[in-house]
Amino acid sequence: MDRIMLSFARRKVLCGKFSASVLGKAFERIPRATYPSTRNYSSSLKEMTVRDALNTALDEEMSADPKVFLMGEEVGEYQGAYKISKGLLDKYGPERVIDTPITEAGFTGIGVGAAYYGLRPIVEFMTFNFSMQAIDHIINSAAKSNYMSAGQISVPIVFRGPNGAAAGVGAQHSQCYAAWYASCPGLKVLSPYSSEDARGLLKAAIRDPDPVVFLENEILYGESFAVSPEVLDSSFSIPIGKAKIERGGKDVTITAFSKMVGYSLQAAEILAKDGISAEVINLRSIRPLDRATINASVRKTNRLVTVEEGFPQHGVGAEICASVVEESFEYLDAPVERIAGADVPMPYAPNLERLAVPQVEDIVRAAKRACYRLVPKSAAA
Amino acid sequence: MSSFSALKILPSHPIAGEYRRHSSPFHAAPASRLLRSSGANYLSSTSSVTAAGRPVRVLSANVVSNEKQIGSALAAITSKEALDLYEDMVLGRSFEDMCAQMYYRGKMFGFVHLYNGQEAVSTGFIRLLTARDTVVSTYRDHVHALSKGVPARAVMAELFGKTTGCCRGQGGSMHMFSREHNLIGGFAFIGEGIPVATGAAFSSKYRREVLKENCDDVTIAFFGDGTCNNGQFFECLNMAALWKLPIVFVVENNLWAIGMSHFRATSDPEIWKKGPPFGIPGVHVDGMDVLKVREVAKDAVARARRGDGPTLVECETYRFRGHSLADPDELRNPDEKARYSSRDPIATLKKYVLEHNLVSESELKAIDKKIDELVEEAVEFADSSPAPPRSQLLENVFADPKGFGIGPDGKYRCEDPGFTQGTAQV
Repeated sequence: MDRIMLSFARRKVLCGKFSASVLGKAFERIPRATYPSTRNYSSSLKEMTVRDALNTALDEEMSADPKVFLMGEEVGEYQGAYKISKGLLDKYGPERVIDTPITEAGFTGIGVGAAYYGLRPIVEFMTFNFSMQAIDHIINSAAKSNYMSAGQISVPIVFRGPNGAAAGVGAQHSQCYAAWYASCPGLKVLSPYSSEDARGLLKAAIRDPDPVVFLENEILYGESFAVSPEVLDSSFSIPIGKAKIERGGKDVTITAFSKMVGYSLQAAEILAKDGISAEVINLRSIRPLDRATINASVRKTNRLVTVEEGFPQHGVGAEICASVVEESFEYLDAPVERIAGADVPMPYAPNLERLAVPQVEDIVRAAKRACYRLVPKSAAA
Repeated sequence: MSSFSALKILPSHPIAGEYRRHSSPFHAAPASRLLRSSGANYLSSTSSVTAAGRPVRVLSANVVSNEKQIGSALAAITSKEALDLYEDMVLGRSFEDMCAQMYYRGKMFGFVHLYNGQEAVSTGFIRLLTARDTVVSTYRDHVHALSKGVPARAVMAELFGKTTGCCRGQGGSMHMFSREHNLIGGFAFIGEGIPVATGAAFSSKYRREVLKENCDDVTIAFFGDGTCNNGQFFECLNMAALWKLPIVFVVENNLWAIGMSHFRATSDPEIWKKGPPFGIPGVHVDGMDVLKVREVAKDAVARARRGDGPTLVECETYRFRGHSLADPDELRNPDEKARYSSRDPIATLKKYVLEHNLVSESELKAIDKKIDELVEEAVEFADSSPAPPRSQLLENVFADPKGFGIGPDGKYRCEDPGFTQGTAQV
């Protein structure tokens, strides 16, 4: 009953070939604190796309601190490969919004060297797949430097860009890097879902004195979410390391990040019709993982389903399951369930691609399994 | 082996050309259209043009030989400078020799790469810098640290893995950092330091042009011949020239990358030639002679400080020891080693200053003694220093230790006073 249906119109895809709707309509539950007292749709809650959320966050942080600058491919004159940095070149000039040549290793290292000297670079990767060309600098010169120098050199840098699968972009443009970066000490790894997350976490990342890997999602850029006035304030930020309970429930805990939060919320709606009350946790922070919130939730519901888009082996879900088994074993009434992408490089054909990433039905099925409802198992691999 | 033909290429005057407003930062003059094909032979013409359209003047000077006439081509050094150069090189040599001794006695461990024979490059460049200038090095970084002013006892304690080391024992031989002396590494991966150095130069320019601070700090990146085949090297030559960053790229070409000869690994072994295709002047110098290195360094550093952009300096040098203390060094020809030993930079400088009556024999001996005592004292200090306490394991992972996340009690883990006393499980 406390539901507002919002329809989402735009979804800008760079390749433009794939037309079928992957996301469909998503149901966004407004947090109770900001929900107006009447049932009518109140116009005091603004709607903002994730793209605009990121753009305004960048704008405000660059305006507040002249040491913040943005560098990457196409961030300037092209207005951003996905238009996230639209308008910033005109506002801040080419010294602060820097179009780089196609040299990930080189310009990432330059960003790190600048951060050593107290500047606050935001290095944009056109997708995180390209960060593999620069991963030496992210891990070895950024993440480890504060430790190797015993605190003399901190690296206040942000690496951001779209992560994970888009639509029809093929194997080399679709990998999720959350697990890779989250395994490395010295890094903070964040992944927003909504516009509120995008604004708050990006601001926190830019203000943070340590290297932060900020994993966005291309499909979510065009999604609109309601934002309260508090979120729109320029001092707004979200603490790093704290997960958010998007939807309360008592029967099963579903953890997810980025686009999978939307899927999990849809799954929760479907499960509710079957009498299963699912609690959906939006991780927001992959490293550090909010184990306290996850474990508290599992101790309440006694069942866990982890959802991620990336490859299953050694994934984020694996870490969450291990953590829950270690810390809340006596509270579990069912084996922990992991939903992840298929263990294959991402295929191109749309029907195969659909099979290679988790769908809402998969999450529903896993939750039912955890609740001892009989369901046939899908392809395990 | 043949010595390289030595050429000095310098731009004859500031760049004259159209300044087109571009999306490159700092309003730098973009590389204008090629005026000649990039196959232009820079060696023969007396007035030719680089690929970036900048006029250059080519000087021919045989800077490789040790003939007396070279001495007159070099600006004179004062007695004080001579003593400073001598002391710095002797410090580098004695320190490295002591490292070898300590390694074989088991006090030093892991990967240790010694600099014996290359002292002229470190001393020639770094003694010209101010405290605010930056040095970025590789894993062969002990002597760069010493030349930059990091105390010998701090470096030795770091190598012994003690908490009094310059990185509290957390970095080690390959990761020397000193914020105070602007030595920002110490990198184990070859080529890794070059983009970081380019970033440090970038920050210097950013401070001057965007933050409007009074900043003309220069960065020197040291790296070897093997690195010059690595992609990051070329990426940074491009960007440093594109954005006219205040950096000097110094190649310590000691002809060997572990056991791989430079000539087996490189299609065109003349590294200084790789600068001009990017619009960067390339210079080759005899890296076994500190005075020649110093002359070239003066030009390159002044160029960067003026805002004229980067220079690529190739120093022909040699390491007397193996790649590391674990390297049996079987592939190098003993004749080659003997030839370079006879060009020992310390002996060469000593001969020069004595012949020109800049210093007396007794002054040099006094320095030798002083350095011996200094290095001995450094070893004693390192030996008697404590190992890092257990609580140090979890320190300095983050500048903001809230990055360790929230504990089961809902508070940040780092706020628990017992946090670092526990086990490494977080």
